[in-house]
Amino acid sequence: MTSAVDVVNLTKRFGKLLAVDRVSFEIEKGEIFGLLGPNGAGKTTTIRMLTGIMEPDAGSVLIEGIDLVKHPLEAKMKMGCIPEVGNVYQDLSARENLDLVGRFYGLSKRERGSRSEELLAVLGLSDRGDDYVRTFSKGMRQRVSIACAIIHRPAVLFLDEPTEGLDVHSRRVIIDLVKKMNAQGSTIVLTTHNIEEANRLCERVCIINKGRIVAIEAPEKLRRAYESIQAVEVAFDGNVDASWFAFGHVSNIEACGDKWRFCTDDPDEAIKGIVKVAEEKKAKIISIATMGPSLEDIFVKLTEGGI
Amino acid sequence: MNFPLFLRGVLVVARKDMRIYYRKAPVYIFGLLLPAFLFVAFFVGRQLDISVYFPGFLAMTLFFTSSSIGPLIVPWEKQAGTFERLLSMPVSLTTIILGDILAGALFGLLISTLIAVFGIVFLGLSVTNVFLLATLFVLGNACFAALGELLSSTGGRTPSNVMMLSSLIRFPLIFISGIFVPLSGMSGGVAVIAYLSPLTYLVDGLNASMGQVSVFVWMVDVLILLLSTVLFVFATKKVLRRNLMKGL
Repeated sequence: MTSAVDVVNLTKRFGKLLAVDRVSFEIEKGEIFGLLGPNGAGKTTTIRMLTGIMEPDAGSVLIEGIDLVKHPLEAKMKMGCIPEVGNVYQDLSARENLDLVGRFYGLSKRERGSRSEELLAVLGLSDRGDDYVRTFSKGMRQRVSIACAIIHRPAVLFLDEPTEGLDVHSRRVIIDLVKKMNAQGSTIVLTTHNIEEANRLCERVCIINKGRIVAIEAPEKLRRAYESIQAVEVAFDGNVDASWFAFGHVSNIEACGDKWRFCTDDPDEAIKGIVKVAEEKKAKIISIATMGPSLEDIFVKLTEGGI
Repeated sequence: MNFPLFLRGVLVVARKDMRIYYRKAPVYIFGLLLPAFLFVAFFVGRQLDISVYFPGFLAMTLFFTSSSIGPLIVPWEKQAGTFERLLSMPVSLTTIILGDILAGALFGLLISTLIAVFGIVFLGLSVTNVFLLATLFVLGNACFAALGELLSSTGGRTPSNVMMLSSLIRFPLIFISGIFVPLSGMSGGVAVIAYLSPLTYLVDGLNASMGQVSVFVWMVDVLILLLSTVLFVFATKKVLRRNLMKGL
C-alpha cells in the first residue's frame, strides 16, 4: 500500500548551514505523526519542503505516491496546510477566505458554500462569517486558518505549530477538529513545541536535532527505550534542602511546585536513600510516587545529545 | 504540466489580488493621482495641442496604473503572513507571477480604456488604427504589470519601501520615453537612452494608432513590447525564486 508521505534523503542547505541533513521517514495513511525538535532544529524547513513551499536541494517527497518536486500541483491538491506563518487574508471575511481557498482546490460553488457553513458552525464562527478577519482575535483567526486548510477534505494535513499562543478554548476546538479529521481518514503531520500535546495526539513522533533525525518512534515505545531516565516525585511537609539528597543513583533534583523530582536510573535505591535522609533530617514525607520518563525528558536528553 | 490546474491557479490568484489590492490606497496614489498631477503640471498654462500629447498621456497613465499593483502584492503578503500559505496552495511560482500580472494588467486596461474613451468622446480625438490601439493596450498593460511584479520580487517585505523603489525606477522612464518630449525631436545620446525604454515603444505605437507622428513601424513597437514582457516575466521568476524565503 502507498504511504501517505514518503520522505527520502531530504536535504536543505542555507549557505554553509546544513539545515536538513538527509532526513528520511515514511508516514502511513491515517497516522498522526509529530515532528519535534528545539528551535532551529530544522522542523519548519522540513515541513516547508514537505508542503512544497520550499524546494529541497536533494531528496524526494511523495504525497500519496505523487512526487512533490516533479508534480507539485497534483501533490499539493492532496494536502492541506497550516504553515508556521500562515495567516488568512485580513481584508476578506472568514467566508470569503474559505471561498477563495475552495476555488484554489477546484470546489464547485455549492461545495464551497456548504463546506464553509459546516466549518464555520463546527468552529463556532457562524455568526462572524461575514466579518473581516482583521476584527478577529488570534484564536478566531487560527480557527479560520484551519478551516481553510481542510475545506477540501485533504488526504494529508500538515500543521506547523497549530496551537501556539492560543487560548484554551481555541486550542481545544482545533485539537478536536484535528482528531475528527483523522477519524475520517486524513493523515496528520504536525510540528509542535508542546510535548504533552504531541504525546496525547501522535501515534509516532520524530525528534529532529541539528537537521538530523535522532529518534522516530511511538511515544510509549520511546519511553520504554529510555527507562533509565526515571524519576521519583516526593512531597514533604515543610522545607527541605536539595543538597541533602546529593547521593548516588540521583542524577538531578528539581522543584516542581510543592513537590521535588529526583531523576534516577534506579528508583528502588533512590527511594531508600530519600527515606533515609528524610528520617535523619526529620522531614515528613506526604506523598511519594515513581514516574517513568516523560516524552519531555527523552526530548531533552536526545536534543542535548545526552544519550 | 497539468494545464487546467495551472490556469485555474492563475485565475484564482488574479481574482484574489483584484479583491484585495484594488482597494489599497497606494494603488490609487501611485497609479492614478500621480500621472494625473504630472500631466496637469505639464499641460496647464501652456499653449499645447492636446491631440499631440494625448497618446503620451495615455501611455503614462497605462504605465503607472498597470505597474502599481505588482510592487504591492508580494511585500504586502509577506508582511501580512499570507504569502507562505499561498505557496502551500496548489500553485507554482509561475502561477503566482502570472496571476499577479493579470490582476495588474486588468487594472491598467480598465483605467487606460476609460482615459481613451474620455479622449475620444469629450476631446474629439480620433483613433486611426483600432486594432493597433487594442493590441498595444493588451501588450502594454501586460508588459508594465510584469515590470511591477519584477520590482516586487526583490525580497523586501515592507510595501512602502518597495513602492519607493518602484517610483525610483518608474519616474526616470517617463522622462526619457517620449511623453513630454516627442521622440521625433530627440537625437544623439538622448535618443539612444529613449530606445532602451520599453515605454518608448508604447508611446510610439499609440502615436501611430492615433494618427500622430511615429518613429518606428508599428510592428517594431509591438515586437519590442512583446519581448520586454517575456523578459520581465522570466526575470521575475528568477529573482523571486532567489528571494522567495526572504522576509518569511
